[in-house]
Amino acid sequence: MAQTQSQTPSRLRAALGRALTPSLVIGAGLVLAIVLFGLIAPFFVADPNAVDNAGMHGPSAQNLLGTTQTGQDVLAQLAWATRGSLLVGVIVAFLALFLSAFFGILGGYLGGWLDEVFSLFTNVVLILPGLPLMIVIGSYVQQRGLLLIAIILAITSWAASARVLRSQTLSIRNRDYVQAAKIAGEKPHRIIAVEILPNLLPVMSSGFVFALITAILGEAGLSFIGLGVNGTQTWGSMLFYAQNGQALTLGAWWWFVPPGLMIAVLGGGLSLINFSIDGIINPRLRNAPKQLKRVKQAGKQAEQEQAERAEGDTGPDERDETSGHDPDQEEVAV
Amino acid sequence: MHLLRKLGFYLVALWAAVTLNFFIPRLLPGSPVDAVLAKLALRGPVDPGTRRAIEIMLGADDDTPMIQQYFAYLGGLFTGDLGISVTYFPTPVTQIIAQSLPWTLVLVGLATTITFVIGMVLGTFAGWKRGTWLDSLIPATTILQAVPYFWLALLFIYVLAVNLDLFPISGGYNPSMVRPAFDYPFLSNAVYYGFLPALTIVLSSLGGWLLGMRNMMVSTLSEDYILTAEAKGLSPRRIMVMYAARNAMLPSVSGFAISLGFVVSGSIIVESVFSYPGIGFTMLQAVNNNDFALMQGLFLIITVSVLAANLVVDLLYGVIDPRTRARG
Amino acid sequence: MSIHEQSPIRDEPVLTVQDLNVVYEVEHPVHAVRDASFALRRGEILGLAGESGCGKTTLAYGLNQLHRPPARITSGSVVFHDRDGGDIDVLGLEGDALRAFRWSQVAMVFQGAMNSLNPVLNIRTQLGDVFTTHRPGMSGAERLRRSKELLELVGVEPSRIGAYPHELSGGMRQRVMIAMALALDPQLMIMDEPTTALDVVVQREILMEILRLRQELGFAVVFITHDLPMLLEVADRIAVMRSGEIIELDTAENLYFEPRDPYTRKLLGSFPSLTGSTGDFVRAGFDVEEAR
Repeated sequence: MAQTQSQTPSRLRAALGRALTPSLVIGAGLVLAIVLFGLIAPFFVADPNAVDNAGMHGPSAQNLLGTTQTGQDVLAQLAWATRGSLLVGVIVAFLALFLSAFFGILGGYLGGWLDEVFSLFTNVVLILPGLPLMIVIGSYVQQRGLLLIAIILAITSWAASARVLRSQTLSIRNRDYVQAAKIAGEKPHRIIAVEILPNLLPVMSSGFVFALITAILGEAGLSFIGLGVNGTQTWGSMLFYAQNGQALTLGAWWWFVPPGLMIAVLGGGLSLINFSIDGIINPRLRNAPKQLKRVKQAGKQAEQEQAERAEGDTGPDERDETSGHDPDQEEVAV
Repeated sequence: MHLLRKLGFYLVALWAAVTLNFFIPRLLPGSPVDAVLAKLALRGPVDPGTRRAIEIMLGADDDTPMIQQYFAYLGGLFTGDLGISVTYFPTPVTQIIAQSLPWTLVLVGLATTITFVIGMVLGTFAGWKRGTWLDSLIPATTILQAVPYFWLALLFIYVLAVNLDLFPISGGYNPSMVRPAFDYPFLSNAVYYGFLPALTIVLSSLGGWLLGMRNMMVSTLSEDYILTAEAKGLSPRRIMVMYAARNAMLPSVSGFAISLGFVVSGSIIVESVFSYPGIGFTMLQAVNNNDFALMQGLFLIITVSVLAANLVVDLLYGVIDPRTRARG
Repeated sequence: MSIHEQSPIRDEPVLTVQDLNVVYEVEHPVHAVRDASFALRRGEILGLAGESGCGKTTLAYGLNQLHRPPARITSGSVVFHDRDGGDIDVLGLEGDALRAFRWSQVAMVFQGAMNSLNPVLNIRTQLGDVFTTHRPGMSGAERLRRSKELLELVGVEPSRIGAYPHELSGGMRQRVMIAMALALDPQLMIMDEPTTALDVVVQREILMEILRLRQELGFAVVFITHDLPMLLEVADRIAVMRSGEIIELDTAENLYFEPRDPYTRKLLGSFPSLTGSTGDFVRAGFDVEEAR
């Protein structure tokens, strides 16, 4: 903690510069553009449900993205669908984050039988195929509200990141400063909040982004088979109507291409963001081999990790060898 | 010991799935009985016995205590009784499953195996030759991974089937040309019909395997035993395969459970797009017809298949990673 | 040290290093090895000592081109004098020729208790690897026989040949590493902190084993460690390195009794002496700190 505070602004900027990889910038740009589209565009487009006789015609000046079979404006639908999909995605991602943090961190930190039960539960949920379960639940409930769908999606998608969080918590729990806090009599909730959570932030943010992708894909899947939220437009429901409206055989590409493209672009953008988060968590993965500077950093990091690993089971001699701070020490054992 | 623990876990997972299957219709709001009966009434008069059977299955039976119903349900499962389908009345659910399961098993099984192999091989090379063109392929596969399965399927149908007329639009085989048999005409026809669905599954699940393998390769290559192997003068090929890839693929194999869940979910929707006569397509028909017995039967069989596949992979894992064997 | 009575050293060189320079090509290039020169005689143990980061590992890895990018050998020469006559310009080797040279002429022993053995392959495969690569004509049975022989030679029960690294203790793993290094009867062995991760008793056993094998088989050793007192016991000559330069190279006796360079004196002074008076180490350690 003290180290973070003593960081000078320039070092902070350097760290930021390292984090701002091209993939992060592109990814964030794509996501931002789609979010803005979903937020703003619905105010400017025509009524997405207004039926017109001029059905199934391609892009024109009046309807930039053409019309559906019943003459509805595809652009207007896309705008509202973007808003709907994002809304579901964000709600689900938060729910999933909460669930995974609850089961992963609490179980990992407290250990004992609670951890056994929690991790058994997590693994069972993880192995049960999500979509079939969603389909069964979704088809029993006739009135599918936004919240219900969000909950269904959340309970089928939190387990993977709970497992990651648990293993991370386990390793942090055994670090010296956490042990010290424990011995000093800190309360468990305080240790989790102050000592453990900050260390889990990168993993949790990566988990959140992942949950967002999964949720949007999952919702699209459910809606595509007609089990989505009643009365809410999403990308999946647009594709559902497009397929049922013979868009494929009639060649109405302007109807089914845009919603899927939006999902793909958003998913791609989020993956790119996750890519750079991964790079922060595990610097060895950062890929820019042309810049030897990065190779050097990777080597340093690898060695530090190795030193950490080694500390557990080797004597003080070993520690001497790997934790020195001469400028050229890092290079030698690469 | 290790093995027993594993088996115990799969038993718990199986029990959880079976129990979920029992409680979902009973604890969710609304009674689907009327919807089912209305559907059946279209085909003719419903006799009281059938009515009663449907009530019991859907949990609308208020006379018997829940716990008694639960054991009756478990007993039914053990005797292989999953109820009667409404859509294909009065065919038993088990019979419908038996017809559609092979299609899905072959499609998903083959597609997953192909994807796994391609993913491991490409991932190995991408990690081994960092900074070459293979490495720049990685972001592209990430985008591909974000593409929804069914949308990719729609695009394939639109471009390859509708416009270019290279592949059939839907179905598992051409019933006017061949009939199901274990002979060349039928098999080749089935491969022809299954190509696009399989391609969809392969392309949209490849990215995950590839990326995971490549990242593990990068980590593994900085291990000390790689340096040892290099010092021993082993050929790069042997180092890459026996020392790097063999170790790097372990997490991919143990992560099979998560991936398979995604693939199966995706393939359900892919089947519906292609009207492929497998489990997924049948499930969606069951959904559209409020055929709850069929739906629940399919949910069970999908879950059991996923569990079985994972059990097999788990047992295999013990063979390829000696460290888990010792722990047992 | 009864072993030293009959010297295994023969007065002909096995390796000659001339003005070797290794640079890490990073943003601000780091000159990790500067103008290193030495000649190693057959059967001789040359210690490479120095603090962490002095370049000793880089130097040793450069001897058979095991250095990884961004490290680069910028100049100098490494010549290996084969016992069948004929000199090999090591830095000129590449590809298959380099791989054939590695291990058959120059074998290496890494910190075995760490991760230098592949955790998912058994000992038999990892020993056999050497033969399948360098002796392709050898039959499977012959490989197995030879592997067992090697294990016996280093004091590992041959029946453990099917074991995986995690089933062996740190000392056993290091013995397996040494057995592997002996497989092709190399003329030179590079040992990189071979005993560092082991406890003191096992450390001693391994050292004795190395001395015994050297006596029997007559290979030369480049022994890298930061533990100067240990080197004083096992090495014939010792090179002290600092900031990439060999600042002193002399016999163990001379280095101990008459260190010429002040840094060598600091290095010798920074280890506690069992016979010294109480407080010696604290003072000596303080001196070192001050000298920096």
